[in-house]
Amino acid sequence: MVTLKSPREIDLMRRSGKITSRVLTELMKAARPGIATSELDRLAEHGIRQGGGIPTFKGYNGFPGSICASVNAEVVHGIPGSRVLREGDLLSIDIGTTLDGYVSDSAVTVPVGAVSDAAQRLLEVTQECLTIGIAQMQNGKRLGDIGAAVQDHAERHGYGVVRELVGHGVGREMHEEPQVPNYGKPGTGMELRPGLVLAIEPMITQGRPGIRILDDGWTVVTADGKLAAHFEHTIAVTDDGPKILTLRDYGEHPGIERYRPPREAIA
Amino acid sequence: MARRRGGRPSRGKATAEKAAKTATPKEEAIEVEGTIVEPLPNAMFRVELTTGQRVLAHVSGKIRMHFIRILPGDRVLVELSPYDLTHGRITYRYK
Repeated sequence: MVTLKSPREIDLMRRSGKITSRVLTELMKAARPGIATSELDRLAEHGIRQGGGIPTFKGYNGFPGSICASVNAEVVHGIPGSRVLREGDLLSIDIGTTLDGYVSDSAVTVPVGAVSDAAQRLLEVTQECLTIGIAQMQNGKRLGDIGAAVQDHAERHGYGVVRELVGHGVGREMHEEPQVPNYGKPGTGMELRPGLVLAIEPMITQGRPGIRILDDGWTVVTADGKLAAHFEHTIAVTDDGPKILTLRDYGEHPGIERYRPPREAIA
Repeated sequence: MARRRGGRPSRGKATAEKAAKTATPKEEAIEVEGTIVEPLPNAMFRVELTTGQRVLAHVSGKIRMHFIRILPGDRVLVELSPYDLTHGRITYRYK
């Protein structure tokens, strides 16, 4: 069932999003060579609880961490552990906060130290995909418009779009209806209406789009072992356009300025 | 956190979904918040939604079973049928 949120509810979600974005910014700074992903997880849980929130991921279908930490060929849902980040790694950090019963969900992929030009390019294009997808979230547009825009931009650069995992509605639950694929046909699917809150999360691969899931039951890796990137925001559709509820004060990707959503999109 | 397409729903949800299916197999409803404007006969209410529309809503069986009283001015959650947006079903009364 799709639930539309009232302005009051969107406001609560924005407060939840503030914690998510603040903690995520801290984690982006902490993601340097030599730190273990379990340490980032600890920082995340501490930061979220200090803000009065609850880490949404912890215990979700038995997930053990407060963040998903996915390195290089891992696309999403990497379990934080003793793995130590090394110069040149690509780290996707995905984090969610529940505050007063409302969830916000956001992710970034960051370079650990200096990374190859090809990896940097993948990051930029993936973040552009997210921004382009968000720009489609106008009253009266359809779900397929979001997916088509993301897919078009990724494939234009020769990248793959993961099909098995999708974005989702967000609200009282982390995963609500509808499912938001990162591919599709323009003008198809559910109509977007004010009050709809979605997490859009393009998962883009350097090679082919195929994935497989490791034996831990969570970690999603590219089938061909090539790099993957993942960015995510929680966004509300309103009468005056999309509002990003998890926008960071700074620390969006450096190249993002060109693709920054219109001023009014900033919540 | 990305959602698995089609997904394996959590265990609790699966039971809830199954229960809902046996009771009322139906299309997806739209949930909106609203405020009770006036009570009408037969446990029906006129509800003003936060989006401004006024709809006719009846009280869900579960709410009736628990004798939850609904008075004018109460904030409630209304499920709207995607086919007829002027009729709804009150599924929750906020405290």
